[in-house]
Amino acid sequence: MVSTLAPLRPSSASIWQALAEVPDPELPVVNLVELGIIREVEWVGDNLRVTITPTFAACPAYEVMAAQIEERLYRLGATQVEIRVRHEPHWTSEWIGEEARLKLKAAGLAPPPHHSCDFIQVLLDPVACPRCGSINTSLRNSFGTTPCRMIYTCNDCKEPFEQFKPL
Amino acid sequence: MKQALQKPLAQYLIALADDELILGHRNSEWTGHAPILEEDIAFANIALDEIGHARLWYELAAELSDEDKRTFPDKQVFFRPEQEFCCLQFVELPKGDWAFSMLRQYLFDALEAQRLKGLIKSKQKPLADVAAKINNEEIYHLRHTRAWVRRLGLGSKESQRRMQAALDELWPYAQALGARLPGELELVEEGFVPSSSKAFGLWKKEVSAFLKEADLKTQEAKVHEVDRAVHSEYFEVLVKDMQEVAQTEPGASW
Repeated sequence: MVSTLAPLRPSSASIWQALAEVPDPELPVVNLVELGIIREVEWVGDNLRVTITPTFAACPAYEVMAAQIEERLYRLGATQVEIRVRHEPHWTSEWIGEEARLKLKAAGLAPPPHHSCDFIQVLLDPVACPRCGSINTSLRNSFGTTPCRMIYTCNDCKEPFEQFKPL
Repeated sequence: MKQALQKPLAQYLIALADDELILGHRNSEWTGHAPILEEDIAFANIALDEIGHARLWYELAAELSDEDKRTFPDKQVFFRPEQEFCCLQFVELPKGDWAFSMLRQYLFDALEAQRLKGLIKSKQKPLADVAAKINNEEIYHLRHTRAWVRRLGLGSKESQRRMQAALDELWPYAQALGARLPGELELVEEGFVPSSSKAFGLWKKEVSAFLKEADLKTQEAKVHEVDRAVHSEYFEVLVKDMQEVAQTEPGASW
């Protein structure tokens, strides 16, 4: 008689840990969990369902993200992965964790300022240069190399830098 | 929601989506051709945002029409006959010079901002949610395009001349932004969507004051074609260009 043992399901903790190894395709210094993009993980039968909330509606990195999430979870032992996109509640930069903010800064990207739901209130606040810390900086462009970034110049150290947009 | 309202709402959403898509597509023509590199990237991102917003509206329309949300947007964009699109001629016009494209984007964003204020309060929750998402992103657009209109309007003699010429050409087409969208009448009654004419009234007040500040003059203009089924002479080429690759190899993936 052949006995078939059901393969062991990866635990919730190991799933979250694996997902924390998936880098953001455009900002590889931070991962999808600490950016707040991964919202929920649940088993639906044998299906591992991952709910994600992309930052900007037109984020061009979405498909790469989805493929990387699937690949990582299959490697962990999931047999079926389903990725669902949810925009309610919509993504806010308030979901970016403190550690991720430090990583962004170390990579030369000013983290988004904190706000209480209404980011318009902080849009005109001074933005500190991630290199020298000066707040004598000027906005060069509301759009940077991706929809989620803006371009600034530091008037003191003269370096241009990007800021992750508050949203 | 009432069964009878599903169809009008889907039509309404597709009209919104078509405007965003065609404007985004038009503006993507600047990619690689903008006056300076930073602006090239900025405007490409704005174009991309508009196409992303179109996708959100198409997805909502798909849910109301028993269509597959994942495939419906591509079907609408790449495989729909040109005559079935319901965008305004305002978004179809060729990209013109930089002043023209900046001004058009500004006029469009300003109207969208007014309409979104109403959509955020929609009694149809999924619609209100998407509107709130789009509204947040649009704040950055408006800030950017306002800065350009002001900069060129108050810039050199040449930049002012070009901005004024752009306004003279766009203004009659822009009047159609206030026209009722498909299905709108019943939807307004139900509190699902705001009235376009009301949004347009607020738009006109705000935009007129802002343009004046930027040394630009508006003239009383006749409303250009408001029928969304009537397209400009430029539209056929645009759609052909947009659909060409997808239709060459339907179902291809890369």
